[in-house]
Amino acid sequence: MGYSGFRVIKEGLFGQKGWKPVWRDPEPKAEYDAIVIGGGGHGLATAFYLAKEHGLTNIAVLEKGYIGGGNVGRNTTIVRANYFLPGNSEFYSHSLKMWEGMEQELNYNVMHSQRGLINLFHSDGQRDAFARRGNAMINQGDDAVLLDRDGVRELLPYLDFDNGRFPIYGGLYHPRGGSARHDAVAWGYARGADQRGVDIIQNCEVTGIDIEGGVVKGVQTTRGAIKAKKVGIVVAGRSGQVAAMAGMRLPIESHVLQAFVSEGLKPVIDHVVSFGMGHFYISQSDKGGLVFGGDIDFYASYAARGNLPMKEHVMDAAMTLMPMIGKARVLRSWGGIMDMTPDGSPIIDKTPTEGLFIDCGWCYGGFKAVPASGFSFAHLMATGNHHDAAAKFRLDRFRSGVGLLDEEGTGSQHNLH
Amino acid sequence: MRITCPNCGERDRREFYYQGDALALSRPASDAGPEAWDDYLHNRDNPAGDTRDLWFHEAGCGAWLVVERNTVTHAVHKATLAEKVKR
Repeated sequence: MGYSGFRVIKEGLFGQKGWKPVWRDPEPKAEYDAIVIGGGGHGLATAFYLAKEHGLTNIAVLEKGYIGGGNVGRNTTIVRANYFLPGNSEFYSHSLKMWEGMEQELNYNVMHSQRGLINLFHSDGQRDAFARRGNAMINQGDDAVLLDRDGVRELLPYLDFDNGRFPIYGGLYHPRGGSARHDAVAWGYARGADQRGVDIIQNCEVTGIDIEGGVVKGVQTTRGAIKAKKVGIVVAGRSGQVAAMAGMRLPIESHVLQAFVSEGLKPVIDHVVSFGMGHFYISQSDKGGLVFGGDIDFYASYAARGNLPMKEHVMDAAMTLMPMIGKARVLRSWGGIMDMTPDGSPIIDKTPTEGLFIDCGWCYGGFKAVPASGFSFAHLMATGNHHDAAAKFRLDRFRSGVGLLDEEGTGSQHNLH
Repeated sequence: MRITCPNCGERDRREFYYQGDALALSRPASDAGPEAWDDYLHNRDNPAGDTRDLWFHEAGCGAWLVVERNTVTHAVHKATLAEKVKR
């Protein structure tokens, strides 16, 4: 049943008794046309677009935990298309356009809020780099405005503009950037996929991948064997373990990225803001919590919690940029497991096993990619061809050295992104 | 996380720079071929559990260490001078 303003009022009048669970809890069948391993944002979006765009409805999403319990419910919810390199640029541009139509497409309120994103710069060199990035964004057809100091002051009057060490020179403003309600994105895609006949099977961990003569035949799970002609691996931080079931070693190292949220406050931060001289970015959720984060801890980890040094760095940077934040109290912090590639860009590709596909390597930027990743991966799984928007996310670019997507320009090597 | 450096004793994690998997000690021969070099440079076991990785005691004695630790619990079991592991 669809959602509408009329229904909200009607349910309000009748004690909210008409709402029903929006996806089923089916038993796994013995065989499917396709299986998606991983019920996160990317996996659910993949299943949704396999059903919607390619008419594949005899499919299952296998999730070892529960829907919305992984990185899709643990991120800082930033949505943006401010990438520079060809390959990334068209992909994230495509993704942002999909975000803009997502709520209509899913009939689900994901609270997508294009409140604007501002990346601050603090030196002449950094201004030049951001001007160049802004031009790349405009060339891609997206929006970018180079703000001078006064322009930033008009939008963000609460910053410490005259900080002795890191004075603010200006910012690159991306008006269509913003945030969304992260778990609503998972729920919306889960509901949409379920409505089209997709079986979403929770508490079902894949323990093996069956391959015969170089062709995928199905998977072994904690709820029995399931046959399938096509299998897609979309498991983010756990990509290494699942790929190993197919005898693969991936160019991925899993790291921990921390995030923080303050107590709920009245509206104070109207945009998404990032500091240019330390690892810190912030936005305010609709509940009022300040949601902020920094960089990865920089060591391989599956702990889903970080160490104190990065916490200290993030708090230092926050106080440097906006001293008012010292009055807020941190409510909680947590970590997510990031599938880091050597060049910091993702992989959407076939594997050497026929019928087995992989979508991974989203590093710390997977949330904004959810719709386009699902769309492109579904295209690849259904047609066997790469979608134009994601055609450069090749698995073999590291071995060949051709087409590396080193967005930060720091080198294509583990531990540099 | 604290790491016990064989030279300096137990020290704060901030004194150390993380390089990555200790695979870096097994450099292939220059003519080993692209597969071996791809494995060495990019592909990783990426274990969830016990691992061996290379850390540099940047703000201490300047030694490279092979650290045995657990990626799930963050427990650090042992640190050995890389030069001794290498030999």
